[in-house]
Amino acid sequence: MIRVVLPAHLRTLARVDGEVQLEVSGEVTLEAVLDALEERYPVLQGALRDHVTKKRRAFVRFFACQEDLSLEPPDIRLPDAVIASAEPLLIVGAIAGG
Amino acid sequence: MSRVRVLVGTHKGAFILASDGKRQDWQISGPFFGGWEIYHMKGSPADPDRLYASQSTSWYGQMMQRSNDGGQTWETVGNKFTYEGETGTHKWYDGTPHPWEFKRVWHLEPSLNNPDTVYAGAEDAALFRSEDGGHNWRELPGLRHNTTGPSWQPGAGGLCLHTILLDPNDEKRMFIAISAAGAFRTDDGAESWRPINRGLHSQYIPDPTAEVGHCVHRLAMHPARPDVLFMQKHWDVMRTDNAGDSWQEVSGNLPTDFGFVIDVHAHEPETIYVVPIKSDSEHYPMDGKLRVYRSRTGGNEWEPLTKGLPQSDCYVNVLRDAMAVDSLDSCGVYFGTTGGQVYVSSDAGDNWMPIAKNLPAVLSVEVQTLA
Repeated sequence: MIRVVLPAHLRTLARVDGEVQLEVSGEVTLEAVLDALEERYPVLQGALRDHVTKKRRAFVRFFACQEDLSLEPPDIRLPDAVIASAEPLLIVGAIAGG
Repeated sequence: MSRVRVLVGTHKGAFILASDGKRQDWQISGPFFGGWEIYHMKGSPADPDRLYASQSTSWYGQMMQRSNDGGQTWETVGNKFTYEGETGTHKWYDGTPHPWEFKRVWHLEPSLNNPDTVYAGAEDAALFRSEDGGHNWRELPGLRHNTTGPSWQPGAGGLCLHTILLDPNDEKRMFIAISAAGAFRTDDGAESWRPINRGLHSQYIPDPTAEVGHCVHRLAMHPARPDVLFMQKHWDVMRTDNAGDSWQEVSGNLPTDFGFVIDVHAHEPETIYVVPIKSDSEHYPMDGKLRVYRSRTGGNEWEPLTKGLPQSDCYVNVLRDAMAVDSLDSCGVYFGTTGGQVYVSSDAGDNWMPIAKNLPAVLSVEVQTLA
């Protein structure tokens, strides 16, 4: 089970409290987790990445195990601790402005 | 007794203000979608309980919300806005070609007779339509593929399609406006479009009378006379009596003719309203006095309306989609400010009162007159 923490605005949009837990079949890559997340919560389609190109939205960042995965290729395998449910994948809205 | 419902989009959520026909006592509900920008909310003329709201942030992009019960509950509907065909380019601020990129929906215009059909005006400028209550959106590409499309250039607020007017007498005729391209008209149900900017004079562009390139801020129409349009341009208040074939300036005695909003009295097609703003570099009223100006002659002769509005130290702005009128016997006029106030006049502008004082910056105001 993959644990995902959404930013507050997207928890509201998806109508979830706390962490999301997802079953991901096959290789647990960043892309596979996002696919599973959007399949479970279709309202998140377009909120994290472009509908068509799947490019990450500029102000959305991905972290796990204190590593910034935002600039990694989408097929990067997530850390073992995430796959083992010991750590969540954090989806973060970038802090911008003053 | 009739009721009114005012739909207010703000920088940090949506609010619904409700009153009976006296328009003295108001209930405020919201915020809905707190923390999100609500560029526009509008109800269907065919089913007043059907509302649409455009919800966005720079972080998470565009969402679209729909209510079937007058705003008590909401459902997230479709947010996939993709340009049809070859994407192409428009001009960037520096004049270089720039690919069309969808950013947000500025304006929603529900069909006059079908609650499931709604038009959306987007940035970068394009017109979309949904025929299934907002679940699926499709671009009407005739506008963007208009031969002038590659020459369109954004205004300071972006290349936004912000005004959509539907002709109640001819379902194939529609008017739209884009900053900073100008006004356009279709007579064939959005298959083809043509610029309708003859008579506009914009001294800040290389060719002041160019076919396109004018920073139109807002158009308004009285439904009884759809060939007569009023325009608040960046500078200049304009009117056309021939559906945009030619425009003439009607700024007349306005103290400044820069502004964003313009609207028409519900029962008097020659009575129009603007809120003059000092200049394009100072987005606040002149002399710290918030004044609506009314013309009962279709322009040129204007009178300031001040009773109940702050007449000192007021430095708010009134954005382009933030004025509306109701259709009660005594026409109500409404507008919202970037300071978070929403004002109403229940007597066509003679007297004003605030109905909300401390909302986030107001982006849009619409009103529904309910039986």
